[in-house]
Amino acid sequence: MTAVMGVLTQAIHLALLLVAAPLVVGVVRWLKARMMGRVGASPLQPLRDFLKLLRKRPVLAENASWISRGAPYVGAAAALAAAALVPSFAHGMALAGLGDLIVIAGLLALGRVCMALAGLDVGTAFGGLGASREMSFAALAEPALLLAVMSFAILAGTTGLDAIAMTFQEGTLGLRVSLGLALVALLAVAVAENARIPVDNPATHLELTMVHEAMILEASGRHLALWDAAAAMRLTLWFALLAAIFFPFGTAAPGWAPLGWVVGLLAWIAKMGVLCLALAVFESAIAKMRVFRVPEFLGAALLLGLLGALLLFVSTSLA
Amino acid sequence: MLTALSLTLALLVVLAVVPVLAAQMPAGGRRLPVGMIVHGGALLAALVFAACGLGALLGGPVAPRPLMPGSFAPLLLALDGLSAWFLMLLGLVGACSALFALSHANQAPVRVLAAYPLFLAAMALTLLAADGFTLLLGFEAMSLASWVLVAADHDQGENRSAARLYLVFAILSGICLVPAIGLLAAPGGDVSFAAIRAMPPEGPRAAVILLLVMVGAGAKAGLVPLHAWLPIAYPAAPSHVTALMSGAMTKVAVYLLARLLLDLCGPAQPIWWGVPLLVMGAASAVIGSLRANVEEDGKTLLACSSVENVGLIVIGLGLACAFRGADLGALAGLAAGAALLHILNHGLFKTLLFLGMGEVQVGAASRRLDRLGGLIQGMPWTAAAMLVGVGAAASLPPLSGFASEWLLLQALLSAWRVGDLGFQVLALGVAALAALSAALATAAMVRLFGLVFLGRPRTPRAAGAEDGPWPARVALLLPAGLTVLFGLLPGPMLALAEGALQRLVRQDVTERATLAGVVVGDGAGAYLPIGIAALLAVLGAGIWYAVRRRTPAGVARSPAWDGGFMAPPQHLVCGDPVTQPSAAGFGQPLRQILGTPLLAAHARVAMPPPGDPAPARIEAGFADPSDALVLAPVARLRDAISAQVERLRDLTLAQCLMLPFGTLVALLALIAWLEAR
Repeated sequence: MTAVMGVLTQAIHLALLLVAAPLVVGVVRWLKARMMGRVGASPLQPLRDFLKLLRKRPVLAENASWISRGAPYVGAAAALAAAALVPSFAHGMALAGLGDLIVIAGLLALGRVCMALAGLDVGTAFGGLGASREMSFAALAEPALLLAVMSFAILAGTTGLDAIAMTFQEGTLGLRVSLGLALVALLAVAVAENARIPVDNPATHLELTMVHEAMILEASGRHLALWDAAAAMRLTLWFALLAAIFFPFGTAAPGWAPLGWVVGLLAWIAKMGVLCLALAVFESAIAKMRVFRVPEFLGAALLLGLLGALLLFVSTSLA
Repeated sequence: MLTALSLTLALLVVLAVVPVLAAQMPAGGRRLPVGMIVHGGALLAALVFAACGLGALLGGPVAPRPLMPGSFAPLLLALDGLSAWFLMLLGLVGACSALFALSHANQAPVRVLAAYPLFLAAMALTLLAADGFTLLLGFEAMSLASWVLVAADHDQGENRSAARLYLVFAILSGICLVPAIGLLAAPGGDVSFAAIRAMPPEGPRAAVILLLVMVGAGAKAGLVPLHAWLPIAYPAAPSHVTALMSGAMTKVAVYLLARLLLDLCGPAQPIWWGVPLLVMGAASAVIGSLRANVEEDGKTLLACSSVENVGLIVIGLGLACAFRGADLGALAGLAAGAALLHILNHGLFKTLLFLGMGEVQVGAASRRLDRLGGLIQGMPWTAAAMLVGVGAAASLPPLSGFASEWLLLQALLSAWRVGDLGFQVLALGVAALAALSAALATAAMVRLFGLVFLGRPRTPRAAGAEDGPWPARVALLLPAGLTVLFGLLPGPMLALAEGALQRLVRQDVTERATLAGVVVGDGAGAYLPIGIAALLAVLGAGIWYAVRRRTPAGVARSPAWDGGFMAPPQHLVCGDPVTQPSAAGFGQPLRQILGTPLLAAHARVAMPPPGDPAPARIEAGFADPSDALVLAPVARLRDAISAQVERLRDLTLAQCLMLPFGTLVALLALIAWLEAR
């Protein structure tokens, strides 16, 4: 019975992700536009763009190899697979056992490598520039992510995301300074991983500042649609991850609980809405950094992660 | 089984003699296909090694027995779990290397053909040794044979100096390991492993052994700061030898670390024994992966990546030491298992990468990233195999590199359980550095594959490159297949390594490895690669099907927009290479961010004076920290000693006579003192 419920919640979760991903991007864009005093496109616009792009035949460069044709599918599958492992409205999904935080980081790295290789495939200057910057930023973001994972692993005794979320939901741990530091570190990592301001500007095509857009400059048609979908899925994943770990309220327990699921769903929508608003406010209030300031930004995240874990060591050795 | 292995060793020695004899035969007449014989025999021997290794892992250890009756020393051979694990890897790597050599190295000079089987035999002898003397015999023979191979193309000056540097480090290894074995010996001078295990060293004697083995084996494994020879010597050797050196020889050095420090020194060593291993391992991981991002020669880049991976392996061994000292047996098993798995996985994917780079060198006549590009068009098989190797080296799930790094990170995340605050802080730093090096390795591998196989050809030779003959393709496809397989089955591989783990940590760990994957602790973490691979496959197929239904089939082709650069002239068929990302350009962000503090990287625009029509140039360079920390002081010491020795020339006759006489008296006094004790 639990297995059936696991499969059911997993299926609902996947459907929910597919609906939420374009909406999250659309809502953030709409909120940013409103804050800047513009009317803004409808939050459904990313979905419309996706469907429109799908109908167009991709144009590939003459020397593009099968990497350009295959990478979008692998990249999108990796993003969707990682997102499928992050709990949303209920715990105990069928794939929860696979959902180790390091594995999720590995799947994100897989998607990143696919995009970098696709950027390098044609051999244009922009693709290589974007790939080089993306891989360099990731090299600094990854240790910060691991240190945050270390804090969770020490507190919850596991690196399984579902188990961490359930432990934190019980609330026996209380408020911890380490968790606050880990939250800030993870937020910085999330900003870098999703190519948002101040690390990258998702709306720019200015050659000096482009990172993410530079890699997919050659993509068109369904390939571009898939890259955009993967980016939207990654943003949704990070919001869901932050919500599951730091705002674990209301998520339904494993098993058959329709009422709990409705509550969990409403809570999840509320959390995602708050995170969208926070991102929109943050992006409107801050300017894009110079590329070589980004290491300082991510280095600060790394230091916060270190500090969080250190505080845990000191507090456990005192206790 | 040991009889078969002894016969195989004898076969390899005979094979080494064949090319020498053939070269003595008078010219003219029908010449023996010496290369075919040597490499075919090496392939056969490697397959025997792999089969015996696997057999011993499945069937249990084989008790020691002498190599041959009536030899000048006992020369005990044995095959326990630890030896078998490394012997299996040596066999697999040796088989791939021999297959590649069968296609590309049959016309090699006699010195290479003769040294190659000896190199293989020496490594096997080191792994099979059951006493300290045989171990040293094999290890030194391995150093010597590989020195000959590094010096293969000695008509080039840089290869000669590479071989000289390599020899210096090999001698350093010998100088450290011989006294280490002497100190390990049981009373009465018995150096058989069984006798040493019965009376493991303690106290200061054990600490001296630790230091000597760290330097001796670390210099051979390429641990920072003793890695200076590695990025220089690897590119100098022929590709199939480099694959063997990186895939197997560094692992033999790691075997020495594991055998001498973890097995023979016994489980009673304190926690801090792991600390030097952890520090050197973390330094190697970061320096190696960072240098891989700035090197511009494909084989040098891979050599730096080897430094990184050996560092990760040594981190695993160091953690195992520390956990064992803290009586955390299960965690020690986890860390040692991570190290063993990474030894196997790295051995295979690095063999694949080096052989692939060798194929590129044959096909496109260059190893420099800036002279390659677009090879995926002409070398589809090589590119596909290399993509697997690059993915594993970049530790992407579900390939093998990720499985072992996942285990290692799990061990690092549990390191706080040791309890000592100082150790916790150290482990925290090492965890951050391990994650940093993994991400740096990903960047380096993307750079390698992207610049060599993607983009447009940068030279006409790169445009005309083709895949090698079938044996060479099999030499690439075999490790690629195993990399995928071992990535999907870390659980069964860990179960297979149980015999080796028993030797290292004396702790049963099989209950945590299942067919589907690995579960550590009591559900503290689980990695189920088959599930991840199936999930990726199902979702990928689903996305493909859903997208296909709504989009027009096929693609349109058109010229790429080249960032606004001027159209290339007619004679540049593949476009202008300078509008493509370059090796230096791709590495520039990391070089500036991390290379400036860690590698003293510098870049300067040299402007000609006004009126001078010379072009402005960017002068960039970096210096490895080991140059300043180790090589430069040693060179200064050498100069100082030789300056002092020069003064001997000016001695008078009486002083010249006094010198040997005084030495004689001093030696006699020493002997008298030793006898009196």
